[in-house]
Amino acid sequence: MSDPDRLSLHVPEPAVRPGGQPDFSNVKIPKAGSVPRPEIDVAPEEIRDLAYSIIRVLNRDGEAVGPWAGLLSDDELLAGLKHMMTLRAFDARMVMAQRQGKTSFYMQHLGEEAVSCAFRKALNKGDMNFPTYRQAGLLIADEYPMVEMMNQIFSNESDPLRGRQLPIMYSSKEHGFFTISGNLATQYVQAVGWAMASAIKNDTKIAAAWIGDGSTAESDFHSALVFASTYKAPVILNIVNNQWAISTFQGIARGGSGTFAARGLGFGIPALRVDGNDYLAVYAVAKWAAERARRNLGPTVIEYVTYRVGAHSTSDDPSAYRPKTESEAWPLGDPVLRLKKHLILRGAWSEERHTQAEAEIVDAVIQAQKQAEGHGTLHAGGRPSVRDIFEGVYAEMPPHIRRQRQKAGY
Amino acid sequence: MARMTMIEAVRSAMDVSMGRDDNVVVFGEDVGYFGGVFRCTQGLQAKYGKTRCFDAPISESGIVGTAIGMAAYGLKPCVEIQFADYMYPAYDQITQEAARIRYRSNGDFTCPIVLRMPTGGGIFGGQTHSQSPEALFTHVCGLKVVVPSNPYDAKGLLIASIEDPDPVMFLEPKRLYNGPFDGHHDRPVIPWSKHDLGEVPEGHYTIPIGKAEVRRKGSAVTVIAYGTMVHVALAAAEETGIDAEVIDLRSLLPLDLDAIVQSVEKTGRCVVVHEATLTSGFGGEIASLVQEHCFYHLEAPVVRVAGWDTPYPHAQEWDYFPGPARVGRALVEVMEA
Repeated sequence: MSDPDRLSLHVPEPAVRPGGQPDFSNVKIPKAGSVPRPEIDVAPEEIRDLAYSIIRVLNRDGEAVGPWAGLLSDDELLAGLKHMMTLRAFDARMVMAQRQGKTSFYMQHLGEEAVSCAFRKALNKGDMNFPTYRQAGLLIADEYPMVEMMNQIFSNESDPLRGRQLPIMYSSKEHGFFTISGNLATQYVQAVGWAMASAIKNDTKIAAAWIGDGSTAESDFHSALVFASTYKAPVILNIVNNQWAISTFQGIARGGSGTFAARGLGFGIPALRVDGNDYLAVYAVAKWAAERARRNLGPTVIEYVTYRVGAHSTSDDPSAYRPKTESEAWPLGDPVLRLKKHLILRGAWSEERHTQAEAEIVDAVIQAQKQAEGHGTLHAGGRPSVRDIFEGVYAEMPPHIRRQRQKAGY
Repeated sequence: MARMTMIEAVRSAMDVSMGRDDNVVVFGEDVGYFGGVFRCTQGLQAKYGKTRCFDAPISESGIVGTAIGMAAYGLKPCVEIQFADYMYPAYDQITQEAARIRYRSNGDFTCPIVLRMPTGGGIFGGQTHSQSPEALFTHVCGLKVVVPSNPYDAKGLLIASIEDPDPVMFLEPKRLYNGPFDGHHDRPVIPWSKHDLGEVPEGHYTIPIGKAEVRRKGSAVTVIAYGTMVHVALAAAEETGIDAEVIDLRSLLPLDLDAIVQSVEKTGRCVVVHEATLTSGFGGEIASLVQEHCFYHLEAPVVRVAGWDTPYPHAQEWDYFPGPARVGRALVEVMEA
């Protein structure tokens, strides 16, 4: 009798660990402009290959090329550049503020600014995002006041959320930004429900769901795709693939499927993969999906291929799990520098104006910070009342919570 | 007035609510064309159309997650979880999302949803169709938890729940759907048509959430119960001849503490009854409140009667179910203490 074959468990590993040479040869980058732009009402099965490619508009020389180019004016692109620069400057100041003890926690967008800033411009007033913690560009690009964001981050006396929620878990119905939970993937299926409601009411508004590469492994992601597919909900199902879920590389959540976008195919949902560091490409693809949703043609999955240059959060140190220079090797470059180059090439921008704009933006962020700090920071100055702990659990405070509030002395 | 079963009363509540408010939508597993496995939504799709009453995929987290999104939009979803035992995949959506959206957004967004779910045993459903998970909800701040014990209350409380601005867990004791079951499983079922509380107005009315009701006035001992166990407690009082005051909580969260305190101060004795497992059950909370608020009126320790701390068995259902004999023994025990 021969020995039976023994089984072994496959545990995926990233290409490189700390100390190694960064290697992104596994990320296949098609030429800018090479991916076709299908008609809005295309049947999902006709564009299955778009789930495995990468839609790109800006080429290495900074030119906008191909069928997805040509949608945005100089002024719109300049506004987009300023939004991304503002988000970057805002992040830098808030990371510093966290180091200074003015808040407990912060999460930055470094390298991913194009995704949320460009996406916001593809939506209309009244549409609703169900964001994760790394889409503050949705607020910045919609001109939500930075001071309000900082008041929330500092949990001060003017915090719109009254000190109850972790820093950066903003909420603004007015700006189409659903309250961030901090819990992963739950909001994905809620976005589908919001979109279903809009369709039930024969409204014209659409929803946008947001998730990271790692959280696509949650069952809520799959529930969301089932419901979106079944009811053809007017929702854009965004997946931000920034390569890292804290210390876990994207291969752990992706498993054997070629791409995250390809998850949509099994549900009969059109799925597009886009260069997440290309402001023009993000906008063009988001606009395509938004139009499809608005025409009652149903959901679209979009995977944004990008890279998390910074740490996961201020509590994280990426040098413990990936090479320090990995971000420099990322083949899709920096979204701010790429758009800047394009605008200079268009004759709409210059190095001098860029330097000047940078200074102005940093100044605006500092001014906002001064104003917010006037209302207090986490451990100093004005803060929300202890009374705020007990308010708002229910529309009307029940007797048992009132008794506890009184016990607390308020 | 019409005679209704609890199924018809629940259906009538949804019908009235959907008729009054276009924003009320009803969905869940098998609830659309077929009308639900317990027939609670029968006819609603035909009457209101399939965008207001429809079948959902078998995905409780999806059902509750989409309901939360719909509520954020401005609808008032009243969804069915086919059995309370099936709610666990949705527990994350219930506890970390529905219950906290008002709080964490400071009222910027709210979550007026109702989750209806058949609860409790008595139908040979075994361990996956008999559970009473109410304490898993009462431990979550931001939820309301309602358990009706008769058709009249079921309709008034369900309409109140649908109109409530916050998320309500609405647990329907499935053994009460067709009659006021008192635990005597070997006797013929008494239909609701023979019971006063089977008389239900056809139109709109509400019963406030958070108000208990005294089902039997008495002076010897207070029995605190809800759902099926209200009828079991009434039977135990009659059969032991002990003059028990039976309180039907109707709503566990918020809780009508005043009704409990008022009664226990009068009787000096207290038995708490539920079908759910004993340890960390809602009875522990009530017993604790009674000793905090009524200690100097108590003449005996508070006694709890509950399901055993085991999974709900199949063949031994009636050895598990805390029927009138077990409740009766507890009444005797507190009287003799």
